[in-house]
Amino acid sequence: MMALPLAGALALLVPSFLPGEDAVRRFGVGVSGATLLVALSALTAFDFGAPSRMQLQVDRAWAPSIGLRFHLGVDGISLPLVVLTALLTFLCFLYTVKHPPQGGRIRLFVALLLVLEVGLLGTFVALDMVLFFVFFEVVLIPMYAVIAIWGSGERRAAATKFILYTLLGSGLLLAGMLLVAVNAGTLDMTELARRHGAGLSHGVQLTAFALMGLGFAVKAPMWPLHTWLPDAHTAAPTAGSVLLAGVLLKMGTYGLIRVALPAAPDGAAFWAPWLGLFAVVGIVYGALACLAQRDLKRMIAYSSVGHMGFVLLGIATLTPVGVNAALFGNIAHGLITGLLFFLAGAVKDRYGTGDLRELGGGMLTTAPRLASLLTFASIASLGLPGLAGFWGEMLALLGAYRPHADLPRETFVTFMAVAALGAVLTAAYFLRLLAKITHGPVTGPVPAGARTITAYEYAAWTPLIALTLLVGLWPKALLDVTTAPVRALLGGG
Amino acid sequence: MIQGIDYAAVAPPLILAVAALGLLLADAFDVPRRVLGLLSAGSLAAALVAVAVLAAGDRRATFCLPGGLRGGGPASCSYVSDRFTLVFQGIVLVAAIVVVLLSLREISDAEIPAGEYHFLLLAAIIGALTLVAARDLVLLLVALETLSLPVFALVALRRYDGAATEAALKLFLFSVISAAVMLFGISLVYGATGAMHLDRIAPALRNLPSDLDPVAAVGVVLVLAGFAFKVAAVPFHFWAPDVYQGAPLPVAAFLSVVSKAAGFAGLVIVLALGFPAYAHVWGPLVGVLAALTMTLGNLMALRQATAIRLLAWSSVAQSGYMLAPLAVGEKRLPEAVAATTAYVALYAVMNLGAFAVVIGARRRTAATPYYDTLADFGGLARRSPLMAAALAFFLICLAGLPPGVMGLFAKVVVFRATVAGGVTWLAVVMAVNTVIGLYYYLAWAVRLFAAPAGPAYETSPGLPVRAAVAAAFAGCAVLSVAPQLILQTVASVT
Repeated sequence: MMALPLAGALALLVPSFLPGEDAVRRFGVGVSGATLLVALSALTAFDFGAPSRMQLQVDRAWAPSIGLRFHLGVDGISLPLVVLTALLTFLCFLYTVKHPPQGGRIRLFVALLLVLEVGLLGTFVALDMVLFFVFFEVVLIPMYAVIAIWGSGERRAAATKFILYTLLGSGLLLAGMLLVAVNAGTLDMTELARRHGAGLSHGVQLTAFALMGLGFAVKAPMWPLHTWLPDAHTAAPTAGSVLLAGVLLKMGTYGLIRVALPAAPDGAAFWAPWLGLFAVVGIVYGALACLAQRDLKRMIAYSSVGHMGFVLLGIATLTPVGVNAALFGNIAHGLITGLLFFLAGAVKDRYGTGDLRELGGGMLTTAPRLASLLTFASIASLGLPGLAGFWGEMLALLGAYRPHADLPRETFVTFMAVAALGAVLTAAYFLRLLAKITHGPVTGPVPAGARTITAYEYAAWTPLIALTLLVGLWPKALLDVTTAPVRALLGGG
Repeated sequence: MIQGIDYAAVAPPLILAVAALGLLLADAFDVPRRVLGLLSAGSLAAALVAVAVLAAGDRRATFCLPGGLRGGGPASCSYVSDRFTLVFQGIVLVAAIVVVLLSLREISDAEIPAGEYHFLLLAAIIGALTLVAARDLVLLLVALETLSLPVFALVALRRYDGAATEAALKLFLFSVISAAVMLFGISLVYGATGAMHLDRIAPALRNLPSDLDPVAAVGVVLVLAGFAFKVAAVPFHFWAPDVYQGAPLPVAAFLSVVSKAAGFAGLVIVLALGFPAYAHVWGPLVGVLAALTMTLGNLMALRQATAIRLLAWSSVAQSGYMLAPLAVGEKRLPEAVAATTAYVALYAVMNLGAFAVVIGARRRTAATPYYDTLADFGGLARRSPLMAAALAFFLICLAGLPPGVMGLFAKVVVFRATVAGGVTWLAVVMAVNTVIGLYYYLAWAVRLFAAPAGPAYETSPGLPVRAAVAAAFAGCAVLSVAPQLILQTVASVT
């Protein structure tokens, strides 16, 4: 599954291969499509009767002298994320066929996105801590280049900020993971999860969780470590923002659930209230910041901070309900925010600006299709029941109402109340967005071609819309897959 | 008293010694430069073959105490050719061959006397080879001086250049002072233990009467200081940037890779074999030195405008990472030694690569020395795409990010050893430092692909430099896929 995009990226390095930009773009679609097919076949090969068991494993020695193994596998936690990654990358390529980013050098762009896909998929299927870390890092350079070369505005600064922040996180993460590894004597994540922290002293667990938690929190991003995110999202080209918001952020929360929670449960219990506090601050802060934004992409970026706050709150409860909510929120946020960034990119392409005031109102009149899609994505994002965004938030709040027995309940109930307030604010800013640009009288200039939506855009967006509806109306499909492995990770709970 | 000498064990330095004398003679008879270069590289290759042959055999030791003088103690050999020695000799020789390749063009361009240059280089390498094999304090010191003395002359070989002379003087003064400090330390250790051989010092230090304890502790610290100079650790790093800048670039590469590798080998030998009993003294000290070295090196590198000074400061910072595992003290010392060795080996490949490109891409002017600024590297990707790609790869390796997986593994190994030894605070300092390091490496790499800043000029690296770059690139690529090659060798050493 990962060999495919890697081979594709390497093939693109050969200069004479596939002359012409169109061919290169179609090649990207082909390779990522094939990867998606492999991911879907993994979905069919997956034994849903035992989602908590690692399946489809590959396990080979890589560097035995430091105990490093090339160990891959999927279970119910990683499977949805793998499929989401493959899907979003494929859709990005599809979108790129007719809407290439400005800045030329499509060959390089396609190659970088393919490498990015390798890193993302690798992160979600790696079962060895150092291997996980390697894939975690593989993502950085391509993303940096995508923002720095094809971005807009302050792209160089944004890209630098992105890579420095995340690398700082990675450094701490590495220290934390190795702290666990040398004390537990294994790098294997399944083994660590099985032991559930046995053999690690309380102090080691506290330090390890703090280090790993900080590392993942930068990626997630958790308030107050989020400041790289709005800049990076705003500057990145459409495909970059979609992957950044849709998948990259999930690496942080996935890592928390997969690595940090099971490896250092005592540490998790100690730090959980703090994690919850920062998560709640993130929710409210994100919502308030959104109310003050004038740029469409920037606003969606801040909304991500809020949504990831809900995900982190779910994790902080340390209950199966909360962690399930987090995983659910991950997927839902990937679908909805991916769609939102696609739409924001489309608006920017057509109107030449993402500034809410310059866009003016009345988009429903001037560009009815685009505006109604934007409305759909916005209300999905604000958590309307029946759409994907609702369940993640609702379950996270539910989890906070009844946190793990070792955690102070009053604190978490307060968190819940504040987070619910944040949810209301979320509704407020999305409605403000809609009121400003889709409704009202037409004020801004209307560019030609705003009405129509190309076939490629439809092709890229429809799967996201369909899945948002599906997951929203039938959440059990997803929850069934994740519940059992979450229970296993939390120690039989 | 007659000592038997195992000539096979000392073959690598012996071959070079013969070759060095031959070179000096040949130069007197006006043998062309090209032949001298070939001779020099050839003798290094021959020494490398000798190392390979020795590696296939068993551990050898020579210059041992004769049976009658042992007094029931261990065999106490001064020169030991074990796996550790051979690994380091291999690193030194491979790096030295690359340095010779890099020098060929520089010698003719900068009007350096070729015979003397090669002779001095080989002499310094002999010092390095002996240093990594030395197991008693006297031989260690002699080898260290053999390594240092020719380098002063090498740095000053561009006689017309004032900066080179100043650099040589600076290096000389620093070196002499650190040698004096180290000698003082050795005398204290000798006074306390009555032994010069490391395998006798170690047990003697363990059973030291408590009134001698402070003496031995001061001695250990002073010996450590002598090596800290060699590896350019803070606060003995001041010579590095000026000397790198003033010296011919290949000599700077030599200092930064060969000389540093030998220095680390010596440090490891002394600490692990001689002074494990005083780990509670030198462990924390090395930790603090490592933290200071990497932080200061990285912070200063941030502010550099010329390529060579940036490499100088970054190489100071890298010394910090190499020191870090040794901060664990006696606990898990073998693992720490393996980590330091692995890092030195991996660093040698990446850093030589970076130096090779800097030498290859430099602007060639008439006699006046010119230091390439980072801005001069703007647009290198258009002038010579392969060189730019190689340099970008080396820099990313040094920063430790994929696709330079090799650098990442080097960091992982060092982090692991540090954390395993319970020095987590140092790991956190290292984590912060990798970020600073990334910034300037990446900023440089990005410049390569940006638009050129000034008028374009031709870069003509020449065949030997191209070969060096290609070799380093191949090394980095192979080690990125199979870091096992180094890690396995290193693990078997200790």
